[in-house]
Amino acid sequence: MSDLALSVSSAFTGTNTGFPSASGFKQARIMSARSLRWTLRNLDGLVPSLTMPVALMLIFTYLFGGAIRTGATNYVTYVAPGILLLCASYGSSFTAVAVCQDMTGGIIDRFRSMDVHGTALLTGHVLASVARNAVSTILAFLVAFAIGFRPSAGPLEWLGVIGVMLLFVLTVTWLAAAIGMFTKSPESAGAVGFILMFVPYASSAFVPIDTMPRWLRGFANNQPVTSVLESLRGLLLSGPVAPHIWAALAWCGGILIVSVSISGLAFRIRTAQ
Amino acid sequence: MSNDLAVEVIGLEKSYGKVEVLAGIDLRIPRGTLFALLGPNGAGKSTMVRILATLVSPGGGQARVAGFDVVRERHQVRRNISLTGQYAAVDELHTGAENLSMMGQLSGLSRAQARRRTTELLARSDLTEAGRRRVSTYSGGMRRRLDLAASLVVPRSVMFLDEPTTGLDLPSRQTMWQVIKDLTASGVTVFLTTQYLEEADQLADQICVVNNGRIVAEGTPAELKAGVSGQRLDLEFPDRMAFERATRLLGARLIRSDLSSLTLKVATDGGAAQIRALLDEVDPQRRDVLRFSTHAAALDDVFLALTGHAPELRPDTEPANV
Repeated sequence: MSDLALSVSSAFTGTNTGFPSASGFKQARIMSARSLRWTLRNLDGLVPSLTMPVALMLIFTYLFGGAIRTGATNYVTYVAPGILLLCASYGSSFTAVAVCQDMTGGIIDRFRSMDVHGTALLTGHVLASVARNAVSTILAFLVAFAIGFRPSAGPLEWLGVIGVMLLFVLTVTWLAAAIGMFTKSPESAGAVGFILMFVPYASSAFVPIDTMPRWLRGFANNQPVTSVLESLRGLLLSGPVAPHIWAALAWCGGILIVSVSISGLAFRIRTAQ
Repeated sequence: MSNDLAVEVIGLEKSYGKVEVLAGIDLRIPRGTLFALLGPNGAGKSTMVRILATLVSPGGGQARVAGFDVVRERHQVRRNISLTGQYAAVDELHTGAENLSMMGQLSGLSRAQARRRTTELLARSDLTEAGRRRVSTYSGGMRRRLDLAASLVVPRSVMFLDEPTTGLDLPSRQTMWQVIKDLTASGVTVFLTTQYLEEADQLADQICVVNNGRIVAEGTPAELKAGVSGQRLDLEFPDRMAFERATRLLGARLIRSDLSSLTLKVATDGGAAQIRALLDEVDPQRRDVLRFSTHAAALDDVFLALTGHAPELRPDTEPANV
């Protein structure tokens, strides 16, 4: 223990060159690995984000499905894309907790004194969220297949599905990151992030919108989740895609730009007092 | 600015809203020395460290660390410093080894270099076994040791340690003291903040006592002790003019001045000859000093008196009329 200090090279004293930190790209890679480990070890987040796709898919299909009329398609076909989005927004909301934990704990001071970029830190969280959601989305698809979901998408449509899901996850994750920047404690970040999970309920995810009260239809028809959802349905089930996908791109693009800018701004505000 | 200074601070100020945290601090810390910023909670110590470590911008004044300006050349400053904050800045869900390896790679080491350095640092921090466990299982002392090791992954010429022993038990504190002593022996400049007089006394080449954002005393531990231990002479003045005249005259010899009670406190050896000489010097016409009293001052009392966090006067001597 006592020679801990002696292991610090004595050659550097008096020099002004110092030790440059890792490049931005390397920093982002290290931060991504860090966030991934966090994801795998934070069981409070990992267990629900893996069990939820399975549980919701079964609950909606077998418990509620019998009571819900969705026209010609069977209910699992109708509801599967909605559950995918619900799980993706839930999985992405953990980014709020992770970002808030970093910002309120002492580690942000260490990172900044080491000249680590805020962008590298956030990139790490976002990439970890994409990886986390890829796993839970694949899991949800597998369960859906097992209980009778038969999409008719060709290879090109599947690429489209992956693209839309990726865009949606990125959008919600950056929104969660912005929320995590502003909340005072990881607990409240979790609570605010939880709200993100309820947005899909007021869309065409679980029931057709024309079964909702009139005052809710305007919101449900025009909110971002509905456009993303109808794009997914169109791609998976060979339905109409064109109007929905443009709305989805516009919504997600807009929210993404705003969230990224707000996160960057919030990082600068919180770290420059 | 001189190149043999690790830290040079001129007229540093910082306010948060209307609260003035630092009110014009000047410091000169030579390279390779251990400097202790001593003061009670809320004295402005952490703000000082955060400004010097480029985390917070100063409100006014200038600061240079390792020869670089903390605002304009903050990236160069960051290449030369390390910061160990008041709270262990390590990842709870990662093992000790993962933490060190990550910090090493972020500091520019290759994966292999970081791994070697991690093994070395864990061994020297008595954490080889614990290094495989997650930090969430560590004791307070182990966390601080890991935190300090994380500051040592690459060589830095100036190290900031913000209250490194607050909240530790005595054995852990003594271990930390040894590590800090060894750090200075290796040529690093250490900037330490502490609430404990004993800690500053044990470790520091130079001590600066701060209170309410102002420096109230500075010097080597020996100078501070000589200046403040033994006896303290309190002088009470009849009016503000006399008070201010004496304040200017005594200058650095003052331990404390209290305008509201028009009282000045001066270090003395307690001998009659010195007190008489001092009184003659301050008040040759014999009309400025209303009354004086002497008090025995222990080292702790002095720190407490300096920072105003103690009983004002010890009623162990009667005031004497002139």
